[in-house]
Amino acid sequence: MTDTAIRSTGQGNVTRLLLRAGLYILLIVFALYYLMPLYVMVVTSLKSLEEIRSGSLMALPREPSLAAWAKAWSGACTGIQCEGLQPYFWNSVLLAVPAVMISTLIGALNGYVFAQWRFRGADILFAGLLFGCFIPFQVVLLPMARVLGLMELAGTIPGLILVHVIYGIGFTTLFFRNYYVTIPQELVRAAKVDGAGFFRILFSIFLPLSAPIVVVTVIWQFTQIWNDFLFGVSFSQAGTQPVTVALNNIVNSTTGVKEYNVDMAAAIIAALPTLLVYVVAGKYFIRGLTAGSVKG
Amino acid sequence: MTQPILDIRNLYKKYGSVEILKNINVSIEPGDFLVLVGPSGCGKSTLLNCIAGLEDISSGTIAIGGRDMTGVSPKDRDIAMVFQSYALYPTMSVAKNITFGMKVRGVDKAEQERKLAEVARQLQIEPLLNRKPGQLSGGQRQRVAMGRALVRDPKLFLFDEPLSNLDAKLRVEMRTEIKRLHHNLSASIVYVTHDQIEAMTLATKIVVMKGGVIQQIGTPSEIYNRPANMFVADFMGSPAMNLIPAKLRRNGTNAEIVIARPGSEPLVLKHAARFDSLASASEKDIVLGLRPEDISAASKAPAGAQEAHCHVEIVEPAGADTFVMIRLGGKEVTARLHADADVAPGSDAALAFDLDKASLFMPDTGLRAA
Repeated sequence: MTDTAIRSTGQGNVTRLLLRAGLYILLIVFALYYLMPLYVMVVTSLKSLEEIRSGSLMALPREPSLAAWAKAWSGACTGIQCEGLQPYFWNSVLLAVPAVMISTLIGALNGYVFAQWRFRGADILFAGLLFGCFIPFQVVLLPMARVLGLMELAGTIPGLILVHVIYGIGFTTLFFRNYYVTIPQELVRAAKVDGAGFFRILFSIFLPLSAPIVVVTVIWQFTQIWNDFLFGVSFSQAGTQPVTVALNNIVNSTTGVKEYNVDMAAAIIAALPTLLVYVVAGKYFIRGLTAGSVKG
Repeated sequence: MTQPILDIRNLYKKYGSVEILKNINVSIEPGDFLVLVGPSGCGKSTLLNCIAGLEDISSGTIAIGGRDMTGVSPKDRDIAMVFQSYALYPTMSVAKNITFGMKVRGVDKAEQERKLAEVARQLQIEPLLNRKPGQLSGGQRQRVAMGRALVRDPKLFLFDEPLSNLDAKLRVEMRTEIKRLHHNLSASIVYVTHDQIEAMTLATKIVVMKGGVIQQIGTPSEIYNRPANMFVADFMGSPAMNLIPAKLRRNGTNAEIVIARPGSEPLVLKHAARFDSLASASEKDIVLGLRPEDISAASKAPAGAQEAHCHVEIVEPAGADTFVMIRLGGKEVTARLHADADVAPGSDAALAFDLDKASLFMPDTGLRAA
């Protein structure tokens, strides 16, 4: 009696262990599957062209070298210019940082108004902003080009900043509005009785509460703007192109041999900033996304 | 004659075509503790928000300290408010919460410190000054919220159901504390609650509201002893006043009240001398309002009370009192007996009815007849 009982629990343990092992194997396989392209990119970028041609795609580099990285950063040719990604990388920084900051600030202000200072027509206006989130980029290309032309911002970085800010406002407003509606209205009333005005309440009470949602918005906006290609290629000209456009130009340059190692290094460089933002702030990202759902 | 600290005249508040507040007229003297009481949705909180200036009024006037405040923004009304959720600023320390209003108004630092220390001492929250609201218990948050109001030293304090988020024991403690503060500061206060016991214990003046209309304004004892209508009679007091359908008639020169009883002789209460003028030869339908304490055990009845034997349905011992349910005029009626009353459910008990403090209401309008 006790014997069989022990044996059956022993069997139970074995089954549980096997299931657990299976689960881990499955997870590891998926992780490898997703990491494979990155692995190939990194090892390829460290190989010489000779080794790429002769060796296997998966093999580790025999003589690792950063030469391809150096070339991608400062020597690769985009069309007729051979300055590497460097100038375009800084273009992207000059474009993304102000655009993220401005759209986040406007989103906070809009969200604060929609959540706490209700006015006639607020719902319709908010629905309109939401609708703006779902308009495909391609639809606005021509009208936007015309407007930028009229404003004499065509082909400039401020022009691109303007485009990204306008396109971002819908999302940033949504994020902040949904975060701020969970804050009780009595807080605003208390501050009003205390004598605080519209902006004082925003800056002294709401913004200090907003760290999680600011992180979410910044990650979202930065990823969107940094990775954008279509607006970048449409509304820039030589000298103001963002890094995504330059990357495309490097990879698609048809003169001479195809330098896979340089292409790979350039692609990784172009992707690094968004990776960095995730690593630094990712913990807050998950926390911020769920913050609105549970009160407090 | 002193000038009223708060004077509300002909106030109406409408949302679209819905009237939330109808023809509100209230005024209080300096040092008054006015309690607005009523069931949820009666408009009491809306009225408070109108006084604070957090909601616009549709017509009428509100004057605070003799100054017309219609259209004046909340910060310029010389008021301070304590909210139901306390509404403490979550990212600021207790000290910053209390001084925020002074900081906004540009009061100088030394003065801020002095007043903060004074209020902290008064409310015994000195050890908490550097904590954030999230680290405080409900009672402590309540104190901080009151501190934020007290430090402003306004003409008028507004309290919006400040105790309703506290547990029962703490609520009683804080109630006493608020009463003590009112007494010590002789502050003028408008206080909203749905709890009639809070209203009775705190107020110098009670406004009972229902459906946006004031039902009665009076001192706690006026409200309790001479309710203006059946709603007030039923709402104020616990257990509620018994409202018994009955008939009033004249027997010779004396008025008497007849109450039907199922399965036995009607109960006739004589010597209803207070109601002589109301009675006529023909029987008249009325509703008799009797507080539970006006029906007692015959053995301990006050002089002038009339005895009757009644069938006891339920007995509820409640420590200090024993509540006994009987059936009169088709209604369940509660009597308040002393703790050691010897009654058993299902038996007959000798009860005494004291008509001295009884009220009579008209069954059709619900208004007080006498």
